[in-house]
Amino acid sequence: MSDTVIKFENLYKQYRLGTIGTGTFYGDVQSWLARVRGKEDPNSKIGETVNTKSGKFYALNNINAEVHAGDALGIIGRNGAGKSTLLKVLSRVTAPTKGTVSVKGRISSMLEVGTGFHPELTGRENIFLNGAILGMRKSEIAKKLDEIIEFSEIEKFIDTPVKRYSSGMYVKLAFSVAAHLDSEILVMDEVLAVGDMKFQQKCLGKMDSAANNEGRAVLYVSHNMSTIRNLCSRCIVLDHGSIIFDGGTEDAISLYMERGESDLKAHYDFRDLQRIDMVYGQRLYVKDLYFLDKTSANYYQNEKIRFKVCWDLFKDVGKLQAFATLRYADDVNVCTAISDNIEYDPTKKEHETVFEFDSTGLMPGRYYFHFSIFSTNEFGSYLKHDHVTRNIFFEISVPEGSSALYWPEHYFGHIRMPDMKVLDNSPNN
Amino acid sequence: MSTENWTTVIKPREKLFDLKLEETWKYRDLIALFVKRNFSTIYKQTILGPIWILITPLITTLIQTLVFGNIAGIGTNDVPPFLFYMCGTLIWSFFQSSLSGISNTFAANAYIFGKVYFPRLVMPITTVLSNLIQFSIRFAMFAVVWIYFIIKGNVRPNISLLLLPLYLLCSGIMAIGIGTMISSMTTKYKDLQMVVGVLIGYLVYLTPVIYPLSETQGKIRVLILCNPMTSVVEGFRYSFLSKGSFPPIGSLIYTMIFSAAIFCLGMIMFNKAERTFMDTV
Repeated sequence: MSDTVIKFENLYKQYRLGTIGTGTFYGDVQSWLARVRGKEDPNSKIGETVNTKSGKFYALNNINAEVHAGDALGIIGRNGAGKSTLLKVLSRVTAPTKGTVSVKGRISSMLEVGTGFHPELTGRENIFLNGAILGMRKSEIAKKLDEIIEFSEIEKFIDTPVKRYSSGMYVKLAFSVAAHLDSEILVMDEVLAVGDMKFQQKCLGKMDSAANNEGRAVLYVSHNMSTIRNLCSRCIVLDHGSIIFDGGTEDAISLYMERGESDLKAHYDFRDLQRIDMVYGQRLYVKDLYFLDKTSANYYQNEKIRFKVCWDLFKDVGKLQAFATLRYADDVNVCTAISDNIEYDPTKKEHETVFEFDSTGLMPGRYYFHFSIFSTNEFGSYLKHDHVTRNIFFEISVPEGSSALYWPEHYFGHIRMPDMKVLDNSPNN
Repeated sequence: MSTENWTTVIKPREKLFDLKLEETWKYRDLIALFVKRNFSTIYKQTILGPIWILITPLITTLIQTLVFGNIAGIGTNDVPPFLFYMCGTLIWSFFQSSLSGISNTFAANAYIFGKVYFPRLVMPITTVLSNLIQFSIRFAMFAVVWIYFIIKGNVRPNISLLLLPLYLLCSGIMAIGIGTMISSMTTKYKDLQMVVGVLIGYLVYLTPVIYPLSETQGKIRVLILCNPMTSVVEGFRYSFLSKGSFPPIGSLIYTMIFSAAIFCLGMIMFNKAERTFMDTV
């Protein structure tokens, strides 16, 4: 077995919920006086239960793990699972509450691109500054300078102040510095989310060779499963501050996909939802939405998404259709799906309609939609009867075992069109 | 397993007083680069560039000469007022700008401290070194004025000039001590930052910078004597001008003990704050 370079032992990190103190000395004294006198804290928020003892939570809850030289370790988990906290503790940005982390060798961490870059300094000066911040000696940086500049692809601008750089150039330079440090451990927090695709691939290659050829340990946090799949040989899945899985990448990813259930509800209730227009809900009122055949809204690519909508009708409104405006989890508009005519009995009040739409073409990721019911007039403009602005989430993932094409959605978009046909290329004229 | 030689062990608590000098020394290149950065960035895109280092004290001294010397008529122990004020301001501004810089350490560097680790002491040291260089440049200007007045026969240096490093050390150490204390406290209460900004500005009146100690009397004099910077400024000026009096040994010792004590206290608070300040700032 190869050398252990990082060892987490019974690691805890506790945070207090809410604001820390009231932020001013006066406020703290006021709160303290109120507590002493047994009165209500004037600084507590209305409706907040005042309990100074229980307002704490563990961002890291008993973490135990070892990382070996040559490991490419992926760390995955939902937002708030503790991934970034783990990296912060490892990078010594914040101290743990309990437990220890033992480290062998130097850590170069990139929790953010271009940490410590000074806008007024040139690219070259910033390489030295950034390298020194990450713990390198000046002579070491000088030795690697050419390599760093070459990798960054911005030779032409290296003597320009970085405040004139585009964000892409900034990232390229920052990554190049961090990747070329002679450190035994490389820590990366989703830095590849920017930069053009070619460069992203180059970075992945660099990190891959850092682990496999140079025997460095790489720790990588990402939400992008395809990068994790490409890069990591081993994965840790974090959930609520605990490691719930430590092992092969594929197993970890499929576990991670399932853990989303708490967010991916199968039932939405719109009864208490404030409508954004007075008219909405007057003629027709959407009450519930259920995803059918699922305990959570997880779908594989190309699966049919079926859901049932319960609605009340107060007035005969004629021909009805439904539509759903689909967005990606980062609020990018993806597309809109419009239903056929809804068949219904206008004399009844309560209705249930089942809709189905085909997810073919949607690339893996988390989406949400807003649901409306409308009718159109003869001029083609539509009249919405009810429109629910609650985000209705579902997730598309790749079936296990299938090899996914690398799909950088920032560039490719979220929809894969039906494959292009290759026509006979010898025209018979 | 215990035989393994870890390079770093991250633990919840560290020793109360730990300067981490060895580790800080490893980052000496970073300190050098930061100092260089401080100089090269402040004056970028200015026409006069580093000449500003000289202009600022020159203007201050001129205004002091005008206001305190000519209008208010405060005595200067027979020293030409311009030289008197320049001398006091020289050492005082080293202390003051170090102090205000350091007391801002955590607040100003939160963005970088929150992303990457290096010994936090690097920052206060950088501030003092930057100010020391600034001091040296200003000193050169002072020296020209000083030599002019020596030739004219108004003033002369004396043997206590050898204590110059001590004066600088004391004010540097004191600036680090008080500065780190304030900076540690401001991670929680930002009010302090405002208070400090105002207080440092007025502290100059409690120090014999624009007046000689000999001009003071009564309760005010006691208060001024309590200020550990008093003997530094008085001693500094005496060694160059040989006017006034050499500060009593007792008050020098008081200043040294005060500096050492406040430095230790500052370090303890700084160490404590740096561990978790990212969670509170």
